[in-house]
Amino acid sequence: MMSKTKQEWRETTLASTLKRAAEREEKFETSSGLEIDTVYTPEDLVGLDHARDLNYPGEYPFTRGVQPNMYRGRIWTIRQYAGFGTAEETNQRYRYLLEQGQTGLSVAFDLPTQIGYDSDHPLARGEVGKVGVAIDSLRDMEILFQDIPLDKVSTSMTINATAPALLAMYIALGKKQGVEPAELNGTTQNDILKEYIARGTYIFPPHPSMRLTTDIFAYCAEQVPRWNTISVSGYHIREAGSTAAQEIGFTLANGIAYVQAAIDAGLAVDRFAPRLSFFFNSHVNFFEEIAKFRAARRLWAKIMRERFGATDSRSWTLRFHTQTAGCSLTAQQPHNNIVRTALQALAATLGGTQSLHTNSFDEAYAPPSEEAVTIAVRTQQILGYESGIADVVDPFGGSYYIEHLTNSLEQEAAEYISRIDGLGGAVAAIEQGYQQREIQDSSYRWQKAIENSKRTVVGVNKFVSPYPRIKGLLRVKPEVERRQKERTAEVRKERDNDHVSRALKRLRDVARSGDNTMPAFLECAEAYATLGEICDTLRQVFATQKEFLVF
Amino acid sequence: MTKDRIRVLLAKPGLDGHDRGAKVVARALRDAGMEVIYTGIRQTPDMIVEAAIQEDVDVVGLSILSGAHLELFPPVIEGLRKKGREDALVIAGGIIPEDDIPSLQQMGIRAIFGPGTSTEDIISFIQHEVAR
Repeated sequence: MMSKTKQEWRETTLASTLKRAAEREEKFETSSGLEIDTVYTPEDLVGLDHARDLNYPGEYPFTRGVQPNMYRGRIWTIRQYAGFGTAEETNQRYRYLLEQGQTGLSVAFDLPTQIGYDSDHPLARGEVGKVGVAIDSLRDMEILFQDIPLDKVSTSMTINATAPALLAMYIALGKKQGVEPAELNGTTQNDILKEYIARGTYIFPPHPSMRLTTDIFAYCAEQVPRWNTISVSGYHIREAGSTAAQEIGFTLANGIAYVQAAIDAGLAVDRFAPRLSFFFNSHVNFFEEIAKFRAARRLWAKIMRERFGATDSRSWTLRFHTQTAGCSLTAQQPHNNIVRTALQALAATLGGTQSLHTNSFDEAYAPPSEEAVTIAVRTQQILGYESGIADVVDPFGGSYYIEHLTNSLEQEAAEYISRIDGLGGAVAAIEQGYQQREIQDSSYRWQKAIENSKRTVVGVNKFVSPYPRIKGLLRVKPEVERRQKERTAEVRKERDNDHVSRALKRLRDVARSGDNTMPAFLECAEAYATLGEICDTLRQVFATQKEFLVF
Repeated sequence: MTKDRIRVLLAKPGLDGHDRGAKVVARALRDAGMEVIYTGIRQTPDMIVEAAIQEDVDVVGLSILSGAHLELFPPVIEGLRKKGREDALVIAGGIIPEDDIPSLQQMGIRAIFGPGTSTEDIISFIQHEVAR
């Protein structure tokens, strides 16, 4: 028993100290404005039931981790998001990363590829190969994975509106390499809802887009059983300026919309739910982030079991990838970013992530140079192999503060979900601009807090000093666009154009019907139809979506 | 027509969806008493020029993080000139490498605000440059 209650301690011991010297802040707060107390004690965890709320790792509600022994078996997958220029250059980078001990690939596509324009489309001008690799047809995929056997790697693809087309190209490439679809491992992000909310690479309206999403669920359940069919993403919601609670609330609300859409399409929940995965940000507040990952796991487990009645324990588990916070990188004193990233990576691993991308210190300027990305990979290896953090599961479990924060974040996120339910679900809420408005308000508050020095950004609003310019920044040369256009022109000349027309016609017919579109995408990919041709065909059927602009 | 408030067009050229910065700046300029028109994402240079003319703005702000600035900014400047609006104050923000800044300034972009810029600095720059 403690000698006094927290209130008594506050009025005696603490009060006498505060009388002598005020604290640094009048009020300490989490990112969503919850007040942080001086200290946490068992009083803050009244009602916490170990078996119900925490339990053992690998057991419902998975607060402590999705696997029983976590990183004692195998450390998280080191997965650096990479892609720039042409398929040749990106292939070189992949092979370099694999040589450095990276264990999974993660493809960054350029914006035209993400929005379904070929590299020679007028709207692709200036964008080809800039933020990722340009993929126009199966020919580019063949080069991208040259000498990388698809049965030996797992590949994550950040692709959403055009996910079925790129997945089809990946399956087609596997077949050419002699790898069966059932042997393929990887992830398509395939999360269109957060594109409307925060990221911007949508093409079609929400309803046909959701149909394409669930077509992937159904097809992969039969044909590509090891594929993670979706990565429901909070990362970009957080980058757009949300709080930690909004990140998990809005993301899980999107997850609910996908699960419901798949059930409405006639799929049994336990048939597809085990292949759902998630993607979160690891932001600057160390403790809040650890608690966020734990809260997200527990909340999703309850949603799947209680709301959707899933009975397979794999349907209850929230498996996730993490990326450190791009928005926390500073252009000022850029080497400080190495330390920021290390702390964020530490929070992600203490929070039980399945895979991790660590940002490179030069990314406030450009895609990472080889030197910078090597430091980012080494950061993960130091955490995983030197520090001892991988030797025990959920070491913060039972911490009064972390458990209290986990409870608060779960509750706040659940409140956002019920607000979204009240608006008619995630799609209806997006159409009403709800999530967008909430995020904009949070991001504006964040910016104001930096400008009035309520929030410190080292090197930006405090501890400012001169810094040398970084040398060796990666530049994507203008020739990339020309070379890519030439290759696509060649592909159009060399392929069997009758086959392409037939494949595109079949895609159009299937899109108009209610049948699964994936086999038709696969035929288009195998005929070397270009991504632009595929997407133009669908634009005619589904129409295009204007921005759900809230301002 | 007499205008008592500074009119600003904020635009997102190209395919890039990173609009956090543009929206924060738009709100800060509005809070500072300016009239702000925000185009939304995925604007072509022609669309931006057209909006600048239609809205008769004093300032055009371009926000880009995709690296396509060297291709997408010149046609905006050129288009404004062709329509007789070379007097408009054109500024930019986003991820723009320092090496590119001299050539962008030479073509008529008056200021480039990189990561970490305070909205106060943007506001005072605009107020100073747009003589009332």
